[in-house]
Amino acid sequence: MNFTLKIWRQKDAKSKGKFEKYSISDISPDCSFLEMLDILNEQLVARGEEPVAFDHDCREGICGTCSLYINGRPHGPDDAITTCQVHMRRFKDGDTIVIEPWRAKPFSVIKDLIVNRNAFDKIIQAGGFISVDTGGIPDANAIPIRKEKADQSMDAASCIGCGACVAACKNASAMLFVAAKVSQFALLPQGRIEAKERVQKMVAKMDELGFGNCTNTYACEAECPKEISVEHIARMNREFFGAKVGGRKNIKK
Amino acid sequence: MAKSGIYQSSLTKKYVIALAGLFLISFLFVHLGINLTVLIPESQDTEAKEIFNKAARFMMLNPVIKVFEIVLFAGFIIHIIYGLILQIHNWMSRPKRYKVEGWSHTSPFSKFMIHTGMIIFIFLIIHLVDFYFKAKFFEGAESVWYDGEEYHDLGALIIQKFQNLGFVIFYIASFLFLGFHLHHAFQSAFQSLGLNHPKYFPFLKALSLITSIIIPVGFTIIPVFIYFQIV
Ligand code: HEM
Ligand code: FES
Repeated sequence: MNFTLKIWRQKDAKSKGKFEKYSISDISPDCSFLEMLDILNEQLVARGEEPVAFDHDCREGICGTCSLYINGRPHGPDDAITTCQVHMRRFKDGDTIVIEPWRAKPFSVIKDLIVNRNAFDKIIQAGGFISVDTGGIPDANAIPIRKEKADQSMDAASCIGCGACVAACKNASAMLFVAAKVSQFALLPQGRIEAKERVQKMVAKMDELGFGNCTNTYACEAECPKEISVEHIARMNREFFGAKVGGRKNIKK
Repeated sequence: MAKSGIYQSSLTKKYVIALAGLFLISFLFVHLGINLTVLIPESQDTEAKEIFNKAARFMMLNPVIKVFEIVLFAGFIIHIIYGLILQIHNWMSRPKRYKVEGWSHTSPFSKFMIHTGMIIFIFLIIHLVDFYFKAKFFEGAESVWYDGEEYHDLGALIIQKFQNLGFVIFYIASFLFLGFHLHHAFQSAFQSLGLNHPKYFPFLKALSLITSIIIPVGFTIIPVFIYFQIV
């Protein structure tokens, strides 16, 4: 298969950056999207040009490192998978493919297609944990938990923090990410203990970092590789309201 | 933003917009109900427009309604100001835009809330100047007597205004955009308030759709019926 690629090239965080056009030929339909970029990079290196920088690690959809905005969609044309799971057979021979980095004020471009997603770590550091050691293995039945809640918590916890929700959102809002991280704890008894502080701290951090506001457009849910539901956003809204109205402490920072 | 003294979280802003918006929707239903009475034809004991003119007088003078009028204006102002703040912040959150804009499967109306909102705002100003202030300050409307008591003939003012085809079209177009706004707005407000139980949310979505049809269609009936002299 042959493709025309339009790729965002940016030397470093300070330079302006622009789109560069590349032609690539004889790509197998079974080649993965990132392998296709690897082939391109080998050709670039052979020509003495700078290879395209992009993020990747596990290449099997579990780490959340890969992050390309392909033809207007984070993680490319398929639902519920990451960029590393996309294969070239999903495109038509001769297609032009536009590849951009995630765009959001808190995600600055480091180089080419790599953005700094440190903002997510800062949100987690603000409260996305429980403050006690887990200790030894407890008895499985010591704390009974409704299956329904355990399932929902597990669904929320499947977030890999890739940032596709922010990339997809017209407001560059991180609500789905933060909601998933708030929910995974809020649904379980161990997480409830610090729930009121946690939600306020994480929301305050999210706002401070400059993410946009949610307008319930749900592009995040449509593009999430782990299909995390916007129900978690409503849960966070509820948790936050409860914490503001019912909590003794009003945490702004 | 967290540093400023009047910091309000993004979620608090959303609650305010949602609560003000839901209040505005309840107002729309009351407004529609009263307006439709202008179409009631004369009967044995009432003249044409009499019920409407009396209802309008009640709305103008009743002290409880007067309080609600202030709440209503505040509701509009708060909804608009918060909507604008939210939107401007959202635009700033993506300083560098994509070359290929987003494509995701989402409700199309939800992407244009600020635009439909601005159209409603322009309509609102024109509408207030044409009817509300005229009614309030006693000019523009003739007097009419029922049972020896003087009333403003606001009904006649409405009928006179809707003789102009351009005016009728402007009103109907505005209602259409109001419908677009409401289609997303009603159910979205419940999500913002965290009230999205999976059992009841489909019902709220249906209610949202019904509202976004009833309100514009209901308001459209009035100028159309008057222009084509159906009643
Ligand atoms: C009768 C008139 C109006 C009604 C009944 C109404 C109702 C609503 C409701 C219920 C929402 C949903 C809130 C949420 O998602 O939490 C909303 C959103 C919004 N409204 Fe209005 N609105 C009206 C007029 C306006 C006007 C004049 C503006 C002017 C700019 C405006 C701007 C917005 C914006 C920007 C949003 C989006 C907020 C969001 O999606 O989160 N609205 N409206
Ligand atoms: S590289 Fe790990 S999820 Fe794609």
